[in-house]
Amino acid sequence: MNTTTLLFQLVQNMVVVLAAPLLLGWVNQCRAWMQNRSGAGIFQPYRALIKLFHKDAVLANNASPLFRYTPYILFVCMWLAASLVPVVAVDLPLAAAVDVIALVGIFALARVFIALAAMDIGTSFGTLGARREMLVSFLAEPALLMVFFSASLIAHSTSLSTIVETFAHKEFAIQPSMAFAGIAFLMVLLAENSRIPVDNPSTHLELTMIHEAMILEYSARHLALIEWASAIKLFAYVTIGIALFLPWGIAETGNWGALPLALLLLVIKLAGAGFGLAFLESISAKLRIFRAPEFLGTAFLLAVLGILTQTLLKV
Amino acid sequence: MATNLLPIEIVLGVIGFWLVLGLLGLLLQGHVRLITRLVFPLGAVGAIILAVISLLALSSVPNTAVLPLGMPDLPFHLRLDPLSAFFLLILGAASAGISLYSAGYFRSTPGPVLGLLAFEYHVFLASMALVLLADDAYLFMVAWETMAVSSYFLVTTDHKIPEIRSAGFIYLLIAHVGAIAILLCFGVMQGGHGDYTFGSMRANQLTPFWGSAAFLLALFGFGAKAGLLPLHVWLPEAHPAAPSPVSALMSGVMLKTAIYGMLRVSFDLLPTQQWWWGILALTLGLVTALYGVLFAAVQSDIKRLLAYSSIENIGIIVAGIGLTILFHAYQQDTVAALALVATLYHALNHAFFKGLLFLGAGSVLHATGERNLGRLGGLIHKMPVVAWLTLIGVLAISGLPPLNGFVSEWLLLQAFLLAPALPQAYLNMLLPLGAAMLVLAAALAAYAMVKFFGIIFLGQPREEKLAEAHDAGPWERAGMLWLAGGCVVLGLGPVYFISEIGHVTMALIGHDLGNVAARSGWVWLAPVAQDRASYSPLILFLFIVSGGVVTFLAVRKFYHGRVRRGPAWDCGFPAQTPRMQDTAEGFGQPIRQIFEFFFGVIREVPSPFDTKPHYHGETHDRLWNLIYFPIARLTENLSALVGKMQHGRIPIYLLYSFVTLLALLAFVR
Repeated sequence: MNTTTLLFQLVQNMVVVLAAPLLLGWVNQCRAWMQNRSGAGIFQPYRALIKLFHKDAVLANNASPLFRYTPYILFVCMWLAASLVPVVAVDLPLAAAVDVIALVGIFALARVFIALAAMDIGTSFGTLGARREMLVSFLAEPALLMVFFSASLIAHSTSLSTIVETFAHKEFAIQPSMAFAGIAFLMVLLAENSRIPVDNPSTHLELTMIHEAMILEYSARHLALIEWASAIKLFAYVTIGIALFLPWGIAETGNWGALPLALLLLVIKLAGAGFGLAFLESISAKLRIFRAPEFLGTAFLLAVLGILTQTLLKV
Repeated sequence: MATNLLPIEIVLGVIGFWLVLGLLGLLLQGHVRLITRLVFPLGAVGAIILAVISLLALSSVPNTAVLPLGMPDLPFHLRLDPLSAFFLLILGAASAGISLYSAGYFRSTPGPVLGLLAFEYHVFLASMALVLLADDAYLFMVAWETMAVSSYFLVTTDHKIPEIRSAGFIYLLIAHVGAIAILLCFGVMQGGHGDYTFGSMRANQLTPFWGSAAFLLALFGFGAKAGLLPLHVWLPEAHPAAPSPVSALMSGVMLKTAIYGMLRVSFDLLPTQQWWWGILALTLGLVTALYGVLFAAVQSDIKRLLAYSSIENIGIIVAGIGLTILFHAYQQDTVAALALVATLYHALNHAFFKGLLFLGAGSVLHATGERNLGRLGGLIHKMPVVAWLTLIGVLAISGLPPLNGFVSEWLLLQAFLLAPALPQAYLNMLLPLGAAMLVLAAALAAYAMVKFFGIIFLGQPREEKLAEAHDAGPWERAGMLWLAGGCVVLGLGPVYFISEIGHVTMALIGHDLGNVAARSGWVWLAPVAQDRASYSPLILFLFIVSGGVVTFLAVRKFYHGRVRRGPAWDCGFPAQTPRMQDTAEGFGQPIRQIFEFFFGVIREVPSPFDTKPHYHGETHDRLWNLIYFPIARLTENLSALVGKMQHGRIPIYLLYSFVTLLALLAFVR
């Protein structure tokens, strides 16, 4: 670990936080285009955040300190998760401290806190949201971990940097297990970021909401932090997807000259992924809540199948 | 402390001290203040001494001692080796917190009951220590039975309630069924020499058949005590019945003595292991883990929920033992050492967080008199200290970084990921499925724990009387703080403890993880190699704390609004009542629906036209119907058959004796 990599890590830490809402704005904009609307522009999430940061916060009378601290915990967890995904260069000092299993653990930590905060006020919607969130997660989390496992069985490491480095070397030889894992990961991504078909981020339709139900009681700065954290989470998931399944072009260890190209490629990949996400959301319909476990169970089985093919074929 | 004392002598001193304290409790019957303020805190001091000594003894050579007690020519053999020392560490470290807590918890127990309870409690502690020290089957069984009986009396402290009596009976019954299997296991292992010391058992070379028989008997016998499927039924009955500190002790420590027994038999007393033992233990463990956590998620009684969660954790530990056996049988000793370290670390962690959770549940019970989740709620406002300390336990048991539960699950998953090292293709394929089950169980544990914490401590109080709930006293807080501190320390600084556990794996399978700390500094946990996998809880924790502070300060600086309080919004719905929150049943409903196959569900749903609707739902353990009731019926039928022979008339009994004698004579001739 030298000063260059450390500096780079710091820069990435800052950039992911600042750039994450842009991806969300892009996805929303693409969706608007596909629905024949003109959309609010890709900078809309920033405006929404600024607006929220200027408002007076209202806390429910019986909100406990847990309710007030949770947005910060959520924000920091997502920040940490996004900072350790190799997006333009693989050499990240933080990636050694937090491997893929710990990464899943950090997502789980954030989730447990937001679910607890949702139960804190004691409204019917809050507990409903918490219950559904935990329902979605107890299948999504193992599926995500299984995706990571099939990758780490190939790379012989659970460090995300090493995994990406291995994959980037393998040129375009597609691993059969990673094909299964890729589909599973996509399903988990949709579920964990409360996207259609599991949840819908742009609705307050009471019977179908999951994530929105949990954060109903939040306002102003707390809500801003949570919305921002959601944007970072989406960014983290999309970059994890890119790192695992489309790592080509990333700047490898010590190769700082490749950075500009890697950055350009990343922007293209992100734009493509955001468009794809919006497309998927536009063509699918929301599932009934009790179909969600089937959806995620499929993801889990696909990921496990991926591991089985991996051990069968020994590639 | 004098330097010429052997560690084993100090441990014996602590055991003796506990026994004296127990007798003191009996003598002081009626002096509630003396017992709570003197006997229990002194017990905690003894426990801390025990923990320190056993931590030091981990790295020393095995000490032995012979006590001239017991039957003539059958003295008690004692031995303190790294494995015993490790489990004594669990006993000392966990019971220190629990004894401190007891000093406050039992303050309103009537004197005579309390005196007896203090006696049983300390005898229980001493007998657990003796189980761990025993070096012959005779002392082991005596200590094991003392442990079972003293804990039986502790469970039935409130013996005037019929449910508690029957819970105690089930506990005692299964404990004895298990004890018979353990006795038979020792009988197999002495190999016909009649020498029941562990030393001679180690020297015996059993044939694979008899070795397997011994292992299966041990798995059954110790599994009954640990709560392995299908012998787990006593746990959810006994834990709600016992006073909370006793539940904490039973769940945190006593279950671990069974794990100790399994390890002692499979790795120390039996010279070679078969690979299929590993598969068996792994499968049983994983099934137990999943089964336990599913039932934990649908419980509505605080302590039953925790009891089922203990079953889950025991399942994880036994799965770890299975994995160790499997790797060891194929001479993959580095991986075996990794799996064993994960197993032992999880056993240590579980003692801390489950003890903490039971103590938290005890405080809630003490403050509200309510064990039903559906009548609690909002207690974080009334008992903030208990709530925040319990939250640490909840996060730890859910396997969340940077606390301790995550470390052991991380290690175990790493061991699973090294499955390709095994030479058998089928196993290579099956082990990742095991990892999938483990991960599913861990994720469900988070579900159950969010339910546990959220429904008890968060939301609005569901009953009027909760307004009078009070926070725990200073002793209770100290006890819980000790255990919560343990969760944090074990979570943030695992490298030191894992290096120490290396002595145990060295003794059991002749291999350890090498110098984990030296590989890349004590901040990094890299059990195999740095580029294979590394995890640094401290850096993670520092990032979260510093990032949190930076975010907080930044928001402070740029935020322009103020904070005011108002009624909850809830999508504009005005008529909120506490009854509209999820009940325990409501929160568990998705699990019940998805995994309906596992549960025996009885449900009465009222018709829509019912003017006095009554909803009733019950979730049963199907294994009662599948296994226990048939066995009970069979026993009753058999005894009815035997009963037919009994007429109560002396001539008939004399005839029986005469026929028996004739038969015997014919047989002997």
